[in-house]
Amino acid sequence: MTVTNQLKNQHLIWRAGFGPRAEDLLQLSTVSQKSLFKSVLKDSSKSPQYIDVADNELKGLMMGMNDMQKLKKADLSADEKKQLRKQSQKDIKSLNLAWLNEMVQSAAQLREKMSFFWHGHFASRNLNIFYQQLLLDIIRRNALGSFGDLLREVSKSAAMINFLNNNQNKKDHPNENFAREVMELFTMGRGNYSENDVKEAARAFTGWGADLQGEFVFRKFQHDNGDKTILGKTGNFDGDDVLNILLQQKETAHFISKKLYRFLVNDNVDEQKAIWLGNRFHQSNYDIKSLLEDIFMSDWFFEEKNIGAKIKSPVELIAGIRRMIPMKIENEEVQLTVQAVLGQLLFYPPNVAGWPGGTNWIDSSSLMFRLRIPQIIYAADELDMKAKDDDDVMMGRREMMNEGAFKVKGLGKVNSIQIIKAEIFWNDYLKKFDAVQKENLLAEISKTILQTPAGISNDTLKGYIDSTGKETFIKTATIQLMSTPEYQLC
Amino acid sequence: MLIKRKQFIQLGSLATASMMLPKFLKAFEKPMMVPQGNKVLVVLQMSGGNDGLNTVIPVRNDIYYRSRPHLGIEKDKALSITDEVALHPSLIGFKELFDDGSLGIMNSVGYPNPDRSHFRSMDIWQTASESNNYLYTGWLGRYLDAQCAGCDKPTQALEIDDVLSLALKGENLKGIAMKDVGRLYNTSRNKYYKDVLAHHKNSAEEKPVDYLYKTMAETLSSADYIFQQSKLHPSSAQYPKTGLGKSLQTIASLIFSDINTKVYYVSLGSFDTHVNQQNEQQRLFTEMSDAVKAFVEDLKSNNLFEDVLLMTFSEFGRRVSQNASGGTDHGTANNMFLVSGGLKQKGLINPMPDLTDLNEGDLKYKIDFKDVYATVLNKWLSADDKNILGQRYKHLDFI
Repeated sequence: MTVTNQLKNQHLIWRAGFGPRAEDLLQLSTVSQKSLFKSVLKDSSKSPQYIDVADNELKGLMMGMNDMQKLKKADLSADEKKQLRKQSQKDIKSLNLAWLNEMVQSAAQLREKMSFFWHGHFASRNLNIFYQQLLLDIIRRNALGSFGDLLREVSKSAAMINFLNNNQNKKDHPNENFAREVMELFTMGRGNYSENDVKEAARAFTGWGADLQGEFVFRKFQHDNGDKTILGKTGNFDGDDVLNILLQQKETAHFISKKLYRFLVNDNVDEQKAIWLGNRFHQSNYDIKSLLEDIFMSDWFFEEKNIGAKIKSPVELIAGIRRMIPMKIENEEVQLTVQAVLGQLLFYPPNVAGWPGGTNWIDSSSLMFRLRIPQIIYAADELDMKAKDDDDVMMGRREMMNEGAFKVKGLGKVNSIQIIKAEIFWNDYLKKFDAVQKENLLAEISKTILQTPAGISNDTLKGYIDSTGKETFIKTATIQLMSTPEYQLC
Repeated sequence: MLIKRKQFIQLGSLATASMMLPKFLKAFEKPMMVPQGNKVLVVLQMSGGNDGLNTVIPVRNDIYYRSRPHLGIEKDKALSITDEVALHPSLIGFKELFDDGSLGIMNSVGYPNPDRSHFRSMDIWQTASESNNYLYTGWLGRYLDAQCAGCDKPTQALEIDDVLSLALKGENLKGIAMKDVGRLYNTSRNKYYKDVLAHHKNSAEEKPVDYLYKTMAETLSSADYIFQQSKLHPSSAQYPKTGLGKSLQTIASLIFSDINTKVYYVSLGSFDTHVNQQNEQQRLFTEMSDAVKAFVEDLKSNNLFEDVLLMTFSEFGRRVSQNASGGTDHGTANNMFLVSGGLKQKGLINPMPDLTDLNEGDLKYKIDFKDVYATVLNKWLSADDKNILGQRYKHLDFI
């Protein structure tokens, strides 16, 4: 494989974002990687807008509760609780789609890509729309800033406090859930602390809570003021002290760097590179932007072995298709079904460890469905997959899955069937191939769509391409190339 | 977690096999039922860490009630199976299985140095590793590797789900995950995919794309076979209209066919009851009990209950003491249910956990779960358990 300038740039755009946009294709063959990355950074420099999709009536309900000083869920009437839950579930779907649109449309690709990384790192399931919005905002604001700030804000977010039961973590009745996960998953990783460190840290986090409005509260009468010994240090520590201790540990910098290497570079970690990155991350006091520069400005990032070596996550797959061939999806919610069926529904991570990624995305049925998606979009094919009936997700997703569902004859079972009703705007994409001669067309499309060469020969492929005109040729060739195993990689 | 595959099965043979339709059709000529002695294993995973002490309840144990002033289930509300022990009130179907001699309860199953994190402990159970050892393959996946080395279809292990569990991922072969038989079949009939597949050449050193092609080849070769089999003798019994009910009915239909599947895998959850345990456990147990009851009746009326073993597990039990939020936190050892017409030991197979002998508030394990696996692999599936589990574990007597 020849590693062309265009391929390297596409590589950068896939990893530092959600893939190339149709309108950017022409410049990718000429610009250098260093200047491309500089513009990527610049495009993500602004602080992001708060994404607010919460229903007005729901906000009214919350305001009303404020007036009445109802601060705990227990103070709500049964009807109020039900309304809160139902509307929240609906709004979380909107939040999902709004953020997905940002991934597709925002110029701040690196910020959204890193937010997507942190969304999986600080995985939290929560059915309260306000908590979810607040957590997403924390993540998007700090996505390229200081990991320490990000960790502190996430740890004090209502979403995380509720998800990991810290509201129930009280003096004399410690709940260890948050203390364990903050060490195991958010900072140091397994093997670097003892069970006793977890127990002691849980005591330090006692009294950390959040109210119904999503504000952090410190309940000092629930806090354990005794001495705790954590990772060799002893004192009357509180939660902030524990987070600082965890940030002092080099293991934290190494754990995050290695995870990010897997996410951005290659699932097969080059240990030496990862150690180098971890040391630099620790020295920079956890400056995320510097870490990203260390990765994307390096030569090794563009080595052939790292190109086309990662299996796209479901969200990367969907966003990537939408960026390459822009479209208006009439029934937007169908994208939630696709996410769920492929195993990555935003805001519903499988557990606090987030999505495992890599080959875990691929099993028999998920692979076959991935191959069908472009054809479904193009040909208004049928989408007859039903997402996993996951009780953990509760009603939200089940309702979501049933929307637009109807029965199919002949399969013997009831399937959720939905059709992706999409109108594709091909113009920008087609422009890329204006100057390309007919005999080079298929090769050129292939190089644009795929990060690793197609296995299927051009001759065989032509049997599945509509050659009645140049435009239809480009369109059908693109769809067929997107329906290959190679397209699952970036 | 990435699965590292040292070796790749030669894709060429698989790709070719997927085109050899006549071979599949031969399946129709074989006898209609699973032959005598051809045993089937159904693994029911209770995800999230089921609270074993409120499942099989020590109803005369004061320590139990003292530790759980709010959550403890009173004797007269539970389903009594002995003077000392009762089942959770929602496990009505399991109580009937007990009365019928079709239920075995294995207490205090666990492993040394237990891990209280969900996914780590689930990894340990699914991979059958020691707690300080990381494996990238599952115990049933390695069974598949061992049993199915020359198979053209990895259909010996099927998971009824949209996502395949680590338990069914082997070094060379992976089980098939499918929530819906017909859906998988429809997808696999596309000629374009067959052409794409036929053109792939494995690279000299393993690349990510090879992994995708391998999965594709296995899927195409299996989908048609599974679909045809599922149509041979579809179960016509009444099952509850729940997720688990539907899954067990699919499994029954395949068991009644001539398929080569030896292992089925299905999950129910989440049992992670830090809060609101009573309602959650009640809801999940009702679904589990009703579905398993229908499944057993279906098997019985087809004279296959002696050849099927259903085994439940959860990644850990929960603390003996309740927490302050109407729930229980992550614990250690737990019980397993064994359901079959072919059990050699029935009822309470071993003593209830000793609540006077705890490890920092947690139950001590008495039986290594890998002993259970070794027993099932060796005595039920006639496989080389030592090879699959990496060492020799004790063989138990329940089958």
